[in-house]
Amino acid sequence: MSAAAPAGAQPPRASANVCQAASCLAMGSAQVCRALEAEVAAAGLDDVAVRRVGCLGLCAAGPLVEVPEQGRIFERVLPGDPSSREGLLASLKGEARGGRPVASDPFFSRQVKVVLERCGTVDPENIDDYLATGGYEALAKVAGSMSPDEVTSEVVKSGLRGRGGAGYPTGLKWRTVAKEAGAAGKFVVCNADEGDPGAFMDRSVMESSPHQVLEGMAIAGYAVGANRGYVYVRAEYPLAAERLALAIRQAERRGYLGARVAGTRFSFHVELRMGAGAYVCGEETALIASIQGERGTPRPRPPYPAASGLWGCPTLINNVETFANVPSIIVRGGEWFASIGTERSKGTKVFSLAGAVKNTGVVEVPMGLTLREIVFDIGGGLAPGRRFKAVQTGGPAGGCLPEELLDMPVDYESLTQAGSMMGSGGMIVMDDTTCMVDVAKFFMDFCRQESCGKCVPCRVGTHEMWRLLDRMTRGVASRWDLEQLESLAGMVRAMSLCGLGQGAPSPVFSTLRYFRDEYVAHIDEHVCPAGSCHMGTAEPAAAGVSPA
Amino acid sequence: MSKPKLATIWLDGCSGCHMSFLDMDELILEVAERADLVYGPLVDAKEFPEGVDVTLVEGAVGSSEDLRKVREVRERTRVLVAFGDCAVTGNVPSLRNPIGPRAVLETVYLEKPTHNAQIPSQLVPELLEEDLPVHAWVPVDVYLTGCPPSAARIYECVKRLLDGEAPETVSEAVAWKFG
Amino acid sequence: MSEVRTLQIDGKDVAARSDETILCAAEENEIHIPTLCHLEGLSDVGACRLCVVEVEGTPKLMAACTTTVEEGMKVTTTSERLVAYRRRAIEMLFVERNHICAVCVANNNCELQAHARNVGLDHFELPLMHPALPVDASHERFVMDHNRCILCTRCVRVCDEVEQAHTWDVAGRGTGARIVSDLGMPWGSSTTCTSCGKCVQVCPTGALFEKGRSISEPKARRPYLPYLVRVKERER
Ligand SMILES: Cc1cc2nc3c(=O)[nH]c(=O)nc-3n(C[C@H](O)[C@H](O)[C@H](O)COP(=O)(O)O)c2cc1C
Ligand code: SF4
Ligand code: SF4
Ligand code: SF4
Ligand code: FES
Repeated sequence: MSAAAPAGAQPPRASANVCQAASCLAMGSAQVCRALEAEVAAAGLDDVAVRRVGCLGLCAAGPLVEVPEQGRIFERVLPGDPSSREGLLASLKGEARGGRPVASDPFFSRQVKVVLERCGTVDPENIDDYLATGGYEALAKVAGSMSPDEVTSEVVKSGLRGRGGAGYPTGLKWRTVAKEAGAAGKFVVCNADEGDPGAFMDRSVMESSPHQVLEGMAIAGYAVGANRGYVYVRAEYPLAAERLALAIRQAERRGYLGARVAGTRFSFHVELRMGAGAYVCGEETALIASIQGERGTPRPRPPYPAASGLWGCPTLINNVETFANVPSIIVRGGEWFASIGTERSKGTKVFSLAGAVKNTGVVEVPMGLTLREIVFDIGGGLAPGRRFKAVQTGGPAGGCLPEELLDMPVDYESLTQAGSMMGSGGMIVMDDTTCMVDVAKFFMDFCRQESCGKCVPCRVGTHEMWRLLDRMTRGVASRWDLEQLESLAGMVRAMSLCGLGQGAPSPVFSTLRYFRDEYVAHIDEHVCPAGSCHMGTAEPAAAGVSPA
Repeated sequence: MSKPKLATIWLDGCSGCHMSFLDMDELILEVAERADLVYGPLVDAKEFPEGVDVTLVEGAVGSSEDLRKVREVRERTRVLVAFGDCAVTGNVPSLRNPIGPRAVLETVYLEKPTHNAQIPSQLVPELLEEDLPVHAWVPVDVYLTGCPPSAARIYECVKRLLDGEAPETVSEAVAWKFG
Repeated sequence: MSEVRTLQIDGKDVAARSDETILCAAEENEIHIPTLCHLEGLSDVGACRLCVVEVEGTPKLMAACTTTVEEGMKVTTTSERLVAYRRRAIEMLFVERNHICAVCVANNNCELQAHARNVGLDHFELPLMHPALPVDASHERFVMDHNRCILCTRCVRVCDEVEQAHTWDVAGRGTGARIVSDLGMPWGSSTTCTSCGKCVQVCPTGALFEKGRSISEPKARRPYLPYLVRVKERER
């Protein structure tokens, strides 16, 4: 148990679970923890435990503290402000006062937690917490009593699809890798390079329940016949990396990783690899190059990593959230998992809800919930006086969905059909003060800067599209520029080598599809309907080639 | 019936395209017979006339005067031909673009001269920020690449335009290479 | 062991080895697909995208140089869309650097220039970027002019795969990507370069050239290619 827990077998009467994930830590939750310990001691509450846990979900309102016995979560428990802890302390004493009620507040009650099951309940730095909640049971069961094929079959039955972007059926991918001979060995890679602007779900999972990800990887290793795994974490996530490293050491010491996993003949070694700040290294072939110590640029597929990945060996690459789903699937069965969600999108999806909503944070919902339920029920809607305009999903390769589509179910197919995509789970809500041309420009600027430069359609095309969008937001663009933008968008999508270039035009396409009038207003009337662009800057002498 | 009006103009270029034009040898007589050459370095006319049918524009647009001229030409011409690589891409004159006009003027007028170094400011048109192809400023109907375009292609282009062929098909027919 | 595959390229029935690329199969049947980064004897990277073709049944365009043939494949190498896209890609290569063909050492011997002519590219709709780029003339015998480089990485590959010196690599990203020698040091101070000249021979443009050459002087690189192929075959 955690350091602050009372000694002996006696469970605490009440506990203060203090979030120790990055957002809350940035708001001083480490100090909050110490202050609470002192205050609890000073108040003589020796049957109260102050515990360090992972993400409690409402990331923008941190530091967050939950008192599970009272079913309440307290927001903005600030280190320097003892008054912000009054309700909390009362709660710990047994009074139901203050905070947000977990059982009835839709932010919490509408969520279904599979991946985030342990986020905010276990101490991410303590393997005993993980074990106490059934952790590594799945791995022990798999390695001890199931054949690799049975494991894969269970995953196939679950209908789990990749959570890193494209939604490729996970069981199918495992089966492909399992079938490869792999005379020189096979690898399992966890893609933790989460780089979409506005996405922070994978970080939350790694910071809150690192063992769950490792367990998923080890199960995958067993299923596909791999004995080595890598977690590729972006360098901007030092805390996640630190907790994963600690978790690996703990799991090795307890015999859940390394040689003879859970006392069986199966061995599985995991190492961490840090990214170096390139978004494109989230693309699987670039990621492989990067792990091999080469320049992180994508290469054409096929061959897919499943056939030829790390050092030419069959390699299974899955996303953090994909792996984090696996232990539950093994313990509760594929059928259980498949009973959640929709016909073709099973299970839940974790989103990082951000932008103009009241409740910003990490949420997990069953597939098929509507955008409206996510934005308005769970997200709590927009600030008073603000009107919903669009929700952006899928990151730089996704799109902006308008109000008319709010009742659309959130699943892979619906999102793609609407011109966006599931992506890794970033969800940015925009209100009427956001200009959609400017949003398209933002994402294009991102892609232009993150393009690896290998292929010319992406390297030059994203730059040119950004230039045209920039002209539009300055009120100096013509209809010719709009035509050029559309023509470039089509070419870049079709010609680029990897998903970065192929996806880069998506925000342009989706904003043109649903908000064309805003483009037209910028061009024909030199007006930004959202009032966010500074229009009419005098055109510097011939800044662009635009024949009248 | 009056003959179609043909004009040529020389902006920011080396005059090589005009030399190539003259290289047509006896074919130039045919051109002279079929059209009235109403303006150009080869003609003694002060003002660019109205109602010109075909104008060959040599050179990029590098100064305020080039810009004034090319706009005037566009207004008064039915078919405008970007004549040679400088007009089509900026070519050699555009080599200054990466460093900007200031650096060019300073090198040429302040650093290099041995006496009376000064940047001319009177009677000389101002340099534009960038040296750009003609179509960056005004619509162009036919692109005739080459540095210079060969006399044969110039003839081909002019002949087809005088025959009344559509600019797009002329463009395709005379397409060749840069350089 | 490779087996025989039958497929259709532009409506023509062709047979190919199962390990051959579409590009290979097309060339053996005298169907010409434009290429730039591809060079026989070097590995393929699929970077220039000029060789993209349509394959029936997939919405995506496939790079012929990196896609192996499959039984029953139906490949289209030329369509209105493909030609338009290729023209755009070539235009992009021109506008991103300073390609002034008239004063280039490779004039009339340049693959980029030839491609422009083949697709009828007679002007640029995109504005020229005019980046300020260095010319590395520090090497005793050769010059690297970044103004003309199209990042095809042929130099990188020939130096790595054939000469095995690995002097060249790529640094930076997006339009800031550059070919660099020895971790960004001047070529002249390279401790790995053997001055073999292979990179100069394979460069499709005027980016790499021998000192003392003037504009338009032929680069005489053609006879060099079979040598590369022989080297490669010996390795197999
Ligand atoms: C430009 C680009 C960036 C990507 N970034 C990520 C990422 O940060 N995390 C991730 O899991 N997948 C990312 N992907 C998707 C991966 O290539 C790959 O499909 C995924 O990791 C597979 O895992 P899954 O099947 O579990 O989704 C990215 C793809 C592209 C094209
Ligand atoms: S699409 Fe962009 S990121 Fe992908 S290989 Fe091409 S240049 Fe690199
Ligand atoms: S001259 Fe030879 S060794 Fe030197 S960089 Fe070129 S290919 Fe490499
Ligand atoms: S220097 Fe030449 S061979 Fe090397 S990448 Fe540039 S264009 Fe290609
Ligand atoms: S030749 Fe195939 S992509 Fe360059």
